Amino acid sequence: MTPDLECTDLVKRFGETTAVDNVSFSVPPGSFFSILGPSGCGKTTIMRMIAGFLDPTSGDIRIKGGSVLDTPPNKRPVNMVFQHLALFPMMTIAENIGYGLRRQKMPKDQIARKVDEALDRIGLPGIGGRKVDELSGGQKQRVAIARCMVLEPDVLLLDEPLGALDLKLREHMKVELKALQAAFDTTFVYITHDQSEALVMSDQIAVMNAGRFEQVGTGQDLYYRPDTPFVAGFIGEANRWKGRIDRVEGKALQMRTDSGLAMQATAAGPMTTGDTAEIFVRPESIRLAASAEALAAFDNQLQGTVTSILFNGAASRVLVQDDVGETLEVTLPQSGEFAALKRGDTVHVGWGAAQATCFKGAA
Amino acid sequence: MRSHARIGFILLLTPLVLWLGLLIVIPHIDMFLISIRERISFGVYETSLAQYEKALTEPLYLRTFWRTAVMSVLATAITLVIAFPVSYYIAKMAKGRLQQVLFMLCLIPFYVSELVRTFGWMILLRETGLVSTLLQWAGLADQPVEMLYNDAAMMVGLVYTSMLFMVVPLVTTLESLDDSVIEAGYDLGGNGVSVLREIIIPHAMPGIVSGCIVVFMLSLGNYLTPTMLGGKDSLWFTEMIYNQFIVRSNWELGAAFGFMLLVLSSVIVWGMLRLTGRTLQETMG
Repeated sequence: MTPDLECTDLVKRFGETTAVDNVSFSVPPGSFFSILGPSGCGKTTIMRMIAGFLDPTSGDIRIKGGSVLDTPPNKRPVNMVFQHLALFPMMTIAENIGYGLRRQKMPKDQIARKVDEALDRIGLPGIGGRKVDELSGGQKQRVAIARCMVLEPDVLLLDEPLGALDLKLREHMKVELKALQAAFDTTFVYITHDQSEALVMSDQIAVMNAGRFEQVGTGQDLYYRPDTPFVAGFIGEANRWKGRIDRVEGKALQMRTDSGLAMQATAAGPMTTGDTAEIFVRPESIRLAASAEALAAFDNQLQGTVTSILFNGAASRVLVQDDVGETLEVTLPQSGEFAALKRGDTVHVGWGAAQATCFKGAA
Repeated sequence: MRSHARIGFILLLTPLVLWLGLLIVIPHIDMFLISIRERISFGVYETSLAQYEKALTEPLYLRTFWRTAVMSVLATAITLVIAFPVSYYIAKMAKGRLQQVLFMLCLIPFYVSELVRTFGWMILLRETGLVSTLLQWAGLADQPVEMLYNDAAMMVGLVYTSMLFMVVPLVTTLESLDDSVIEAGYDLGGNGVSVLREIIIPHAMPGIVSGCIVVFMLSLGNYLTPTMLGGKDSLWFTEMIYNQFIVRSNWELGAAFGFMLLVLSSVIVWGMLRLTGRTLQETMG
């Protein structure tokens, strides 16, 4: 099947700086594809190139198999939901949604019918006569999507559209966006710097850093099997240790940290003894226990003192300082076992080698 | 405490009331009273509408009155057409320093008095002026060309004088238009014309209306430019008011002319607001 959107060797340079560096990807029809990266990584540049507001320095963009490089933005079969939505404040909601249809010279009665259908679809029937500023943030969001979807684009681009919403509404809109995508059955390309938005909604996520794609995969791939230290550090939280490889047996290895601890971990690539390396362990993969016996099954065990409890409901953490003076973050189980835990308590922590991912270090 | 606030309020209001009262309300009442009297003989006056009757029946007066109105509207329209692309460029396309420099360039001519600026145009356009000499040198004209003292020269002067007052409100409103709104206009299938018509102009409407009102009033009340650049046939209504007051010492007729001009500008501004469906508060606030 032809992918809805395919970018090959896309490069964009602004003077001396390379904003997008040789990026290739393809998005199958009907899927939700996210580009996730910190601000300034080049994700907006990619999106603007797909929409047609920027010309790539080199490379090709194909939509449903055909190159669109010579197609101006107003003729491309892609539409974009802008970061601040960019609804037309001088028009009513119905005029906003009908704008693109009017451009296609569709008869008036047909436009009115399509607009009503779209409003029904986004669950806001009968608001067509209202002004843009009479709507709430979430409603505007849905109108911005409807305004694009009435044009039945091959690809819908979304540029951090949830950024301006408050937390509660953002959580709600994540679920709703996913549902809208399923309802319209259109390919969505979504860019965000918020990993939870990407993880919750996407079929495929590309993690981007400094103009390059670090890894493309499902949310599970990125979370459980990161390819690079950047992905491991960017998706979710991680405790890190730097050190030198002692011993390698297939995937399993032992690393001596700079502070002198021996750790068992799993290699994320080919590695040899003596290499400098870095181990990433997620706070939620570390088991907290009152005694060393309870952790006998784990490959790595440490003893330490609680220096701080970071209460954050379900995502509460404990900071534990080990004997060599390094602090690690451990997720605090909410099963009641550690309800009485306080600063200064001695605890034991442990984790399996499978949960510790080791990357070859740069230095 | 309350009385303190009251005194403060009165103190703040006093300059405004004095200004409005002494400079606008009282002179206008006086003008109005002068305009509705008729001189019977030395020192004897009678209340009558004779001055207005004279103004409305004498063809020269009436013709000048309408000509001034039409030419001012035309000058406003031309100023808008020229200022809009300039403002759009300054507000949306120029970035950083260039934007400031361009804006300054619009402002700098106003450092010089209007009189000197108008003389500048005379130097350029007169028979022995720069443009005429250039045309002869280029072989496009075989004798000196007189470009002054006609309606075109006057229009050039009026538009030039009014430019800044159109550019400033337009730049301000256009700057407040989010670039992504324009991009969205293109993204959803619009071309240059439809984006301009449906998005940019509706957004800039407050600036267009307030700029037009200011430019129209300035043109209508302009005295210097029509007098200096206009020809024998380009009589301006303000010149007629001046003539009645100063040359002919006919204050009664001059006051009547003044009132006609006030009514005219009020009616046209009101019409402009009605036409664009805006209120004065929206436009000025």
